[in-house]
Formats: sequence, C-alpha cells, structure tokens
Amino acid sequence: MQAVLALEDGKIFRGEGFGAKGECYGEVVFNTSLTGYQEIFTDPSYAGQIVVLTNPEIGNYGTNFEDNEASHPYIEGLVVREFSRISSNWRSQQVTDEYLDRFRVPVISEIDTRALVRHLRTKGVMRGVISSMDTSVEILIAKTRSIPKMDGTDLAKIVTTRHRYDWTAGSQFQPVPVIDGQPGRHVVAYDFGIKQNILRMLVDAGCRVTVVPAMTSAEDVLRMAPDGVFLSNGPGDPEPCNYAQENIRGLMGRVPVFGICLGHQLIGLALHGKTYKLKFGHHGGNHPVKQMESGKIEITAHNHNFAVAPDSLKDSEVMNTHIDLNDGTLEGLRHRSMPLFSVQYHPEASPGPHDSHYLFHDFMKMMKEWKN
Amino acid sequence: MPRRKDISKILIIGSGPIVIGQSAEFDYSGTQACKALRNEGYEVVLCNSNPATIMTDPEMADRTYIEPLTSAYLEEIIHREVEMMEVRSRGKFALLPTVGGQTALNLAVELSDSGVLEKYNVELIGAQLPAIKMAEDRLLFKDAMLKIGLDVPRSALVNNLKDGLEFSAKIGFPVIIRPSFTLGGTGGGIAYNREELLEIVARGLDLSPVHEVLIEESVLGWKEYELEVMRDIADNVIIVCSIENFDPMGVHTGDSITVAPAQTLSDREYQHMRDAAMRVIREIGVETGGSNIQFDVNPDTGHMVVIEMNPRVSRSSALASKATGFPIAKIAAMLAVGYRLDEIQNDITRKTPACFEPTIDYVVVKIPKWQFEKFPGADETLGPQMKSVGEAMAIGRTFRKLS
Repeated sequence: MQAVLALEDGKIFRGEGFGAKGECYGEVVFNTSLTGYQEIFTDPSYAGQIVVLTNPEIGNYGTNFEDNEASHPYIEGLVVREFSRISSNWRSQQVTDEYLDRFRVPVISEIDTRALVRHLRTKGVMRGVISSMDTSVEILIAKTRSIPKMDGTDLAKIVTTRHRYDWTAGSQFQPVPVIDGQPGRHVVAYDFGIKQNILRMLVDAGCRVTVVPAMTSAEDVLRMAPDGVFLSNGPGDPEPCNYAQENIRGLMGRVPVFGICLGHQLIGLALHGKTYKLKFGHHGGNHPVKQMESGKIEITAHNHNFAVAPDSLKDSEVMNTHIDLNDGTLEGLRHRSMPLFSVQYHPEASPGPHDSHYLFHDFMKMMKEWKN
Repeated sequence: MPRRKDISKILIIGSGPIVIGQSAEFDYSGTQACKALRNEGYEVVLCNSNPATIMTDPEMADRTYIEPLTSAYLEEIIHREVEMMEVRSRGKFALLPTVGGQTALNLAVELSDSGVLEKYNVELIGAQLPAIKMAEDRLLFKDAMLKIGLDVPRSALVNNLKDGLEFSAKIGFPVIIRPSFTLGGTGGGIAYNREELLEIVARGLDLSPVHEVLIEESVLGWKEYELEVMRDIADNVIIVCSIENFDPMGVHTGDSITVAPAQTLSDREYQHMRDAAMRVIREIGVETGGSNIQFDVNPDTGHMVVIEMNPRVSRSSALASKATGFPIAKIAAMLAVGYRLDEIQNDITRKTPACFEPTIDYVVVKIPKWQFEKFPGADETLGPQMKSVGEAMAIGRTFRKLS
C-alpha cells in the first residue's frame, strides 16, 4: 500500500503504508532510542504526535503484553525506515504490524528517516500527515496547517484518567526489594498522561499508589492525607495547564512532591519560572545528565519538547540539580526549603537506561524525613 | 580531573604476530592508544615483535622496540628505559597492557608475578592485577558473578559416574565435559544423552590425573550477545555498543557473522543486560578503560547467563569502534591516565562529551573470511575454536541491504 508523509512546510516523503487505510495528523517528532519501540508507541506523552524512529529496524522483537506504558498506543502515526513483520524473541506475543493495526495506528515505512530527521533538526519540529488515501499532496499540506499547534495546547486534560484508582502492580521483570521493611507510603499520583512504569517503580520502592485525574484540587488531595504527591509526565505544553500550577502551589510545602517531565515543567511554572519550547526536543535514551552536586553522570531517557528556563527560577529558592551535558538544558531542580524536587528526564526509563532509579528512593527518603 | 601529571613515561605492549585466532585488530587499538598518549604529552615506549604493523611506524612512539614478546625481553626493555629515566629524573613509569590483546595482558601478569614491575617501580594502568586475574580465572569469575546475583552456566566437579549422571539429569542434556588438568582439554566432549555421558565421563576420569571432570550446562544454540563497556575513575559507566551474533553459541565469535547494534532484544531485556554489564565491570574492578562482556540468552525462556569478560580492548571493541565512531582504544588510554568520560570530547560532534552512548541510524554487519584451501586436511567445521583468517565489515541503512 502506497503512503505519503507530508509536512506543513511542503516537504513530501513517499513510502510503504501498513495498517489501516486512512490519514493521521500530528506534530512530527523523532526518537533516537535503539530499543523500546512498544514503550514509545504506548507512552501518553506522545499524544498528538507522529513519531519518527531513527533506529532503522523496527519490529524485530515483536510486541508483548508486558511492555505497554498504557492500555493502548498514544502515537498518532509511526514513521520508520524498515518495518519487520517477522519477530525473533521469546516474549513476543504479536508481530508489531498486527499490534499497530489492531489499534488502527498508521505506519509508513521505506522512508529516508535520516533525511527526514535532518530536515526536522534544521527546520524544527512541525506538523505533518501520514496518508494512504489518494488525497492530493496540496490538500494534505493545507490540512497539516489547519491542525492546532502543540504550543499552547493542553493535552494533559485529554489523556488523563477520568476516575481515581489504586495501582498495586510492581515490575515483574526486575524485582526491587522493599526498602528497610518500611510500611508502604501512600502516594497520590497526578495523571497528566502517566507512564505505567512510574507506577510500577513507585510500588517497587514501597508505595501504595492512588492515581488521580489531572484536575483534582490540592484540597481533595490533601484530604486523602498522602505521604507524598507525584506529578507525572504528559504530552503538550505545560503553560496552559493553569489548574495544575495552582494545585501545585497549594501542595508545595504541605506534602513532599516529586515531579517528572511535564510534572517538572509544571513545578517550574508553579515556582513562577518560565518554560520554552526546544527547537527539536530531546527524544532518546542516551542523554548524559550531570548531577551538579556530585559531578556524577547518568545516561538518561528523554522525551520533552519543552524545558524550564534555568535563569527564570530564583536561586535563593531553587537549586538546579541536573544539567544535560549535550546542550546545557536544565534537567532537574530541588527546592531549598520545601520538600520538592523534579527531573525533566525519565528516571523510570522504559525505554531507556536505569541509571536514575535512585530518584524513587530519594522520594521515599524525603517522605520519611517529612514524616519525622 | 585532569590527566595524571605524576606519570611521565608509558610502555605499551603490542600483540605480536598476526595468527589465526587473534586478528590484526590490536594494531588498530594500539595505534590509537599510542597517538592519544603522545598527544597528551607522555613519552610513549612501544614493544611489539611484529614490524608489519602501523603501530611500529617510527612516528607512533618515542621509542619502538621490535623484540620478541617475552617477559625476559620486556624486563630488559624496562631496565633500559628506567636507566634512561634516572638520567633525566622525572615522573613515574607506567605500563598500559590493555590495548595489545590477550598477549599483552598475559605478559603484564607475568611481569607482575615475577616481581619485575615492583623491582623497577612500574605502575600498571588501565587494569589492575586482581581484576585481570578475576576475569581470567573461571572459578573466581563464577564466584564473582554469583555474588552479584548473575547466572553463569551451571557446572559441577564430579569424580564418579553416578554423580555425573545425577548432575546431568538435573541440568538436562546436552552437557559439556571437561576433564581436570589434561593437556589442551584432552578427553573432553559434548554428551547429548546418557550413553554418551557415561562414555565421555569414564574416559575423562581415566585421563584426568586427579580423577575428576567438570560437567557444565551447555549453552549451544543460545543467543549470543556482547556489550562494550567503559568506566572512568569517577565510576561513570557507559555502554558503547551492543553486538548480536547471527550464529548461535557453539560457533566462535571470530567465526560468527555479527550484527551491531543487537537486533532482537526489547528494551527490558537490553536494559537488564546493560545493568548486568555495569555490575560485572564494577565487581571485577576494572577501574578505568574498556571491557567486553559476553552474555548468552536462552532463546526459549530468556534465561541470561554471563560467559566471560575481557578486561581489555578486544576483537569486538575494534568492530564496535568502527561501527559507532566511538574510538574505544583512544578513550581507554585517556581514561587510564586519569581523565573522566565527561572531560573527553566526542570526536564526531566535537561539541558534546564522550560520556554518552552512541545511537546509530544504520546497521553494521561483520562477516568472517576463511581460507581452508590453504590448509588441506584442516577440519572445516565451525566450532568453539576460531578458524577465520580475516573479516569484512559493512555499514548499511538496513539489515536487508547488507545481506
């Protein structure tokens, strides 16, 4: 099946289409991870985005029931160089092709992803469309320009859970021992598009987790008397999420708070800092991040288009704890007087290296100290 | 941390003659290390018996000795070099044994055991003696792996047929049988069933001077992977590249078609292996430099075992270097003299640090070359002993394009 990828600046790529015949729209971003395509498909932070994978061989190890980050894929469409319909892996339960087709996610392969990524790196991320219909490219390009831009769009409130629920599953693959026999800490996790591995890691660290919708008020959360509050990752621009920033202000200093990715950006904004959009974002599993205090380097998984401007935060209040060594982006902060810290990257990995798992233990420690 | 200023002179041992089983890759790594260390202002002394190498070109080192690679000759070289140093009386003399293959590593162990290094006050850099020995000694290595919670192929020493049968029943056929203390492993073999086991164990017990054989779980047919790991003095660890063997266990890596990066591991499995590799390099205690760690994975169950670790630049490091553009031997040399990974520049971007894990948008395949026509009568069956005489590497956008 012939398919076409059209970008809003008029650039066209033609390739082979898989999955449902149709069209999908979104912001076109690329991810450089060598492993973990299924986790990428199902990461809610990719809502509204067409994902280009730079690893040219996708599908080789199939898909399985364990590697999902949500109950279904969130990417709008997938762009790859070579799409394998054969899998070689003992955990594979469904070939990648059938898996994506089941969820009606369009795939375009045989694309010169290297040329596409270079284009996006030079021109910046932009809107695009994958189509396997016979629509003329002029119409497709015009359509891409009519879809809403990611900047200024609150996607968290669309992907968040509608109802509060408890999460109890840990990771089965690598059991992490419960720390010094602590009774479970109760953590309320805000879902702005939460990845399930964060929940699994919290459970592994010894937490009882209640997941709440993005709009839940600070009062409602405090009424649950949690030991700590977690602010999740999520898609889109943090700026329009005023409600979340207000709620964070209501929680800061009253309960230990830990944020990841969008949660980190929302904390930045709640502290009256500023966020900005990166030219082509950080999406990959090999970013060196330096812990400013110890000088130690972690190899980390990133997935963000926005970042907190480091000089927008008051040095008297906030400490910059982590910096990306590739481009100096602020990757982590900690409040000097309140129990509050966050990172821009993904310590829960999945996909990505496990170097930053210690942050979940830091959160446990913070909750313990606060309690005492 | 800047480079070590207390060292002034560094001896690099090459890998000697090119023989089947040890390819020419160590010329590539040795040359990189010589260049890097000279560039850092160290006086570099090189010893290699093979003049048909790039590393022995006159401009590569301050002094090059083309002498046999034996501890006696090396002692003589060290003696001479130390005398020359005393005249000028400067810093320390160091030995970097990790870029000349197993030959160089073995010589370093010999020189250390015989007290030569101590006598002339030569410091081993790149890998310390306990780490080299732990990686080398099967039993020490096995214990170290079990201590950090990693599996190795199960094995047991037995001295009678009954125990042999019992153990084999426990781990399942096939099993590998290795008689203790026989020359070149004489009398060993693979048993696929009870009858073969009885025959080989009986023969092995007979041949073994201590009447003992090792029975080991066979990993024949398992998926075979290698990770190239680097560690700096500040304990930062990175994985440069993963390699997957197209031919399963049972065929020597040097005779296997290999693919980089690994193609059939999901992120969970890859990260599990990456975590394991980090634990291995830390437990074995390679403080600075590169190591190569081999893992086998049961294709039906995913059960992962550690097979071995080379605490040095290896055959696969050369492939990983070329595949990713990450100059492993050069960086290993710089780490050995005290740099941290984040202080070294990434040669490709020239803007970002070398402390990262290369990600590539292409596939690399290495295919070995055999020349059995030159060796009439040689057994052409591929097995655990390397038989190829060379190899070709190709880079392409997809695996299909390369094959």
